[in-house]
Amino acid sequence: MNCKGVIREISDYIDGELDLSVKQELERHLEHCGECKMVVDQTRLTVDVFCDSKPVELPGEVKSRLHDALRRKLQEKSV
Amino acid sequence: MQPPVGLLKPLSAPNPHRLPSTVARDDEHLLVAAAKRGDTHAFEELVNRYEAKIFRLTMNITRNREDAEDAMQDAFLKSYSHLKDFQEDSRFYTWLVRIAANEALMRLRKRRPNQFSLDEPIEGDEDLMPRELEDWGPSPEQRFAQTEMHEILSEAIDHLEPDFRVVFVLRDVEELSTEETAKVVGISVPAVKSRLLRARLKLRQKLNRYFRQGGAN
Repeated sequence: MNCKGVIREISDYIDGELDLSVKQELERHLEHCGECKMVVDQTRLTVDVFCDSKPVELPGEVKSRLHDALRRKLQEKSV
Repeated sequence: MQPPVGLLKPLSAPNPHRLPSTVARDDEHLLVAAAKRGDTHAFEELVNRYEAKIFRLTMNITRNREDAEDAMQDAFLKSYSHLKDFQEDSRFYTWLVRIAANEALMRLRKRRPNQFSLDEPIEGDEDLMPRELEDWGPSPEQRFAQTEMHEILSEAIDHLEPDFRVVFVLRDVEELSTEETAKVVGISVPAVKSRLLRARLKLRQKLNRYFRQGGAN
């Protein structure tokens, strides 16, 4: 497998969705290609930082408008 | 200053190196059952629990605050109206994400009709080859404060084309499966995979500016 092949398979590799033989071929390439290893590691970290980032509180005025709309809907249903 | 609306911890984990998220609390099904019986407080509790995450989702898809707020409101109102149709063989939150994603996509398509495509990508493999390979150092996550990290991620995702952004948000931030993402967006599974690969590589490139040793300059 060459560098282009690694880049094409990088997503499935990160997600653990590669066939064993392709995975082994890719990992053999990573053993001697520092640049591809860097791209794999950084792409994995990219996914992780987005996935692991903490929630931001809902802005107060947005929350008020949501709950006002919800209250109207709940009242409407209970009438 | 209000920090930008960020991205947050997801639900189930398709990636094997990640542990399953604990966002879902054990009592979610009890709240849903009570809400179905007409307990409005139970539904309000579900809203309180998920409002920030749903707003983050709609904001990430639309990148427009007004559209994001409308999509979020409509998602909660629709979920309440259709609660009786919710089959409890899946998570309530996953169901809510699908509704909210559809509301947000509808607004995105309306505002940017030419920027969101249902077609397969026409780009070749050449554009995939990474540029700007630089060492990020041992742990870029620890170099930035939480607010700063939110700004970085928000800016990076803001500059991603809608086709790629939507798939990335649903698949990697909300952790829907590839099949669920394809269903919500209305594209094929291979198209989801192709867009996800491109989105991840493009975001890596964008983050390189911040995470490389020596910072953004």
